[in-house]
Amino acid sequence: MDKTITNSIGRLLPETIEGYGKVAPFAGAFATVPEMKRQAPLVKRMLPDGTKRMQNLEEVFRLIPVSDGMTLSFHHHLRNGDGVVNMVMETASRLGLKNLTVALSSVFPVHEPLVEHMKNGVVTGFDSNYMSGPVAQAISRGVLAKPAILRTHGGRARAIECGQLKIDVAFIAAPAADEYGNLNGVSGPAACGSLGYAFPDAEYADHVVAITDHLEPYPLSPISIPQTRVDYVVTVECIGDPKGIVSGTTRITRDPVGLKIAENTARVIQAAGLIQEGFSFQTGAGGATLAAAHFVRKMMEEKGVVGSFALGGITGYMVDMLEKGLFRKLIDVQGFDLEAVRSLAANPNHLEVGAGFYASPFNNGCAVNQLDAVVLGATEIDTDFNVNVVTGSDGMIMGGSGGHSDAAAGAKVTIVVANLLRGRLPIIMDRVLTATTPGETVDVLVTERGVAVNPRRGDLKERFTAAGLNVKEVQELKDLAERLAGIPEPITTEDKIVAVVEYRDGTVIDVVRQFQVQP
Amino acid sequence: MSNSQTMSGIPDLRSAQAGTLESGDIMIAVVPGAPGSGIAVQLESIVRAQYGKAIEATIRLTTAQYSASDILIKAVDRGALDCTIRARVMAALCRAGAVSAKEGI
Amino acid sequence: MELRRSLLFIPGNNPAMLQNGGVFEADAVILDLEDAVAPQEKDAARLLVAEALKTVDYGASEKVVRINPLDTFAAEDIITIVPCCPDALLVPKVECAEDITRVAQMVARAEQPGQKPVKLIALLETPRGIAEAYAVAKADPRLVALALGAEDYTASLGAKRTKEGTEIFNARAAVLNSAAAAGIQAIDTPFTDANDPEGLVADTLLAKKLGFKGKLSINPRQISEIHRMFNPTAEEIDWAYRVISAIRRAEAEGSGVASLDGKMVDAPIVNRAERTLYLARILGLAKEGE
Repeated sequence: MDKTITNSIGRLLPETIEGYGKVAPFAGAFATVPEMKRQAPLVKRMLPDGTKRMQNLEEVFRLIPVSDGMTLSFHHHLRNGDGVVNMVMETASRLGLKNLTVALSSVFPVHEPLVEHMKNGVVTGFDSNYMSGPVAQAISRGVLAKPAILRTHGGRARAIECGQLKIDVAFIAAPAADEYGNLNGVSGPAACGSLGYAFPDAEYADHVVAITDHLEPYPLSPISIPQTRVDYVVTVECIGDPKGIVSGTTRITRDPVGLKIAENTARVIQAAGLIQEGFSFQTGAGGATLAAAHFVRKMMEEKGVVGSFALGGITGYMVDMLEKGLFRKLIDVQGFDLEAVRSLAANPNHLEVGAGFYASPFNNGCAVNQLDAVVLGATEIDTDFNVNVVTGSDGMIMGGSGGHSDAAAGAKVTIVVANLLRGRLPIIMDRVLTATTPGETVDVLVTERGVAVNPRRGDLKERFTAAGLNVKEVQELKDLAERLAGIPEPITTEDKIVAVVEYRDGTVIDVVRQFQVQP
Repeated sequence: MSNSQTMSGIPDLRSAQAGTLESGDIMIAVVPGAPGSGIAVQLESIVRAQYGKAIEATIRLTTAQYSASDILIKAVDRGALDCTIRARVMAALCRAGAVSAKEGI
Repeated sequence: MELRRSLLFIPGNNPAMLQNGGVFEADAVILDLEDAVAPQEKDAARLLVAEALKTVDYGASEKVVRINPLDTFAAEDIITIVPCCPDALLVPKVECAEDITRVAQMVARAEQPGQKPVKLIALLETPRGIAEAYAVAKADPRLVALALGAEDYTASLGAKRTKEGTEIFNARAAVLNSAAAAGIQAIDTPFTDANDPEGLVADTLLAKKLGFKGKLSINPRQISEIHRMFNPTAEEIDWAYRVISAIRRAEAEGSGVASLDGKMVDAPIVNRAERTLYLARILGLAKEGE
């Protein structure tokens, strides 16, 4: 039996995980104090007559040269329309490369070909912040010998900046580029808006390769990623399918239960005293979270207050609030729809920032620290308010922190919204299957049948009760759900660790064990 | 719903179904079984791992209140609560021509 | 007097909606066996609603079931539903006092010993029903409210249903006056455009001004707005306090006549003030210490 340790939220972990190394146990959201210098990439030069234009990827692979065991990084702004990861990895496979580590900020169903590369040893290491689709399922089923590493968006930036995720070659999918390597995401057929998640990769990788299908005359503007960091520019037919990149419009949910949760969420924000001049806010793009923005907006309009900024993944709804004067700025790491792309290109108050600026815990201050309120989702939450957004009810990986843990740690008031029952399954458990965001950073749970406040926030509980909100203990809500649905039988997993869940500071908050077919 | 009674007083069951495949519902199909086959339950559920046993128990308990001995119950569950499972089983059995023990007395 | 600002219809054959019916905090939920259920699903819906009544927690919402009309499945509905202890039945297409008496008799027969008596609400949605409104209103002591169903009513009239509601002015007046004369509540017809919040506000304010005590609703998104409109305003509460203190002052001074702002305060004014304060108290809108 391997030696084990327990981290500060009671998760039992091996001291050392094969293929990962020594485990630094999570010890509290702000317990780790950094003591290191930043990573320094290779210093390059470019002679006046030099050129960066390359005919194809193979040429770039030979020039660098890409060799066995390297770490190749990618960003996910082209989301489920991305063509770049597959074309680069197909090249690597064709050239007979082995033992590569792919560091891709988020994985989507379109990345299914990676599974084949994993099976035949081209890819043996995987590093990401969010996984969905066939790759997530294959990793859950144990396709890799080494565990994958699951980080937060801020944690990935930190790991790159601090040298724990050392990138040999960063491949940047560039919707627009010039020949000398200036890049942006706001024009071209695959326009996706912000390129923020690629900023750390471009800044710290030893080699940076831009891949584009839209070349503009030098100099390109605006410049999101500058020529000073880009070694090669490869032009290809098509970097991605616009249909999978951005949605036409992001719509508010019409589900009445979701709307009820959203309305209660807005009342929570109001009762916390946050709807005032300078209010800052982050919310997701789906379900009840975006609908919460709609109710918050009504309150802001009624009170006549102007917010300072909205942060995170940006939707057309947030753009509309900026344009109507309800927020002074948008701070954007990723656009979700065409409106967000248009606004980033045209509006000087719509700011494009990198993942480190957005959420890294180890710099002189990231944007999430300036948040008044954030509204986040959950797959499961436990009575200590720890949240799981990594594994589904069957134990299969179906997500990841993304910015969840980062925003939760930074915001003054962190609100998790969820239906008390999802299908028949109660959302509240004694112990979530995979802890992703620690309970100490979650202040309020809003469900359709009541609001639970983290005992650490007695101040909020008083305010909510005074405002007439339906405040309940989290245990009461759990009991209520179980009265309706019955107590679920726990699911089981295999022993093998298939993913290590790192908190934003690089400590291990939990591990994911191999998926087991349920009897 | 009228029940077709045979001379012996034991109703002839016919195939019937109730419920839908909407989220939160369960579709129950009742098929007459061979004499002596007993009550058989086939369950497909999105929450089988967590509630499979409980769902089957509810189906059996509800069926036990009816004059139905040799039947196959096929259930496709979309996360229905117990009250819904009971109601759908009762509706399917009534439509199949089963008589509840309460009515029978 | 029960609070019935909002009465929310929930389709009777939809398990997900039935299980969440309580979360919208309507004053009453109406589990609907009539219009929301296709004829071939009446049996299944009846069983589903019966089970929901027994097990689902509807919180503070009054549990109402809309049964089918007397000439279709009312009898089967009553036999199955009443023993499951709904608070009330909403009887559709009521046209005369006898409709209510018949339902009341069937309900009495279906009730279990010791069961809390099931109340009735009559839905008037035909010209004849409107014409008979007062007779209906005093037909049976179980009847606690008259509700107006304007969609069917205007169709019978051959009038076009509009947002302003000019065409239902007469029906609203008849329902209001008959209910008041019989000492029961009047409930207004639903505002059917779920995507017109301004229209809902205007229609609900009009209903409140006319004297309706609540409104039917077919969309959960309307509930909080309907409540906001029916709740006493700060000015109304303040006025009510002043009426009551004027009365107390007059009593203390031994004067038989109280006045406020130069007007005499008589019994109907006191009644209205008392009702406002009652609502304010149970809704948590009253001032501290009152």
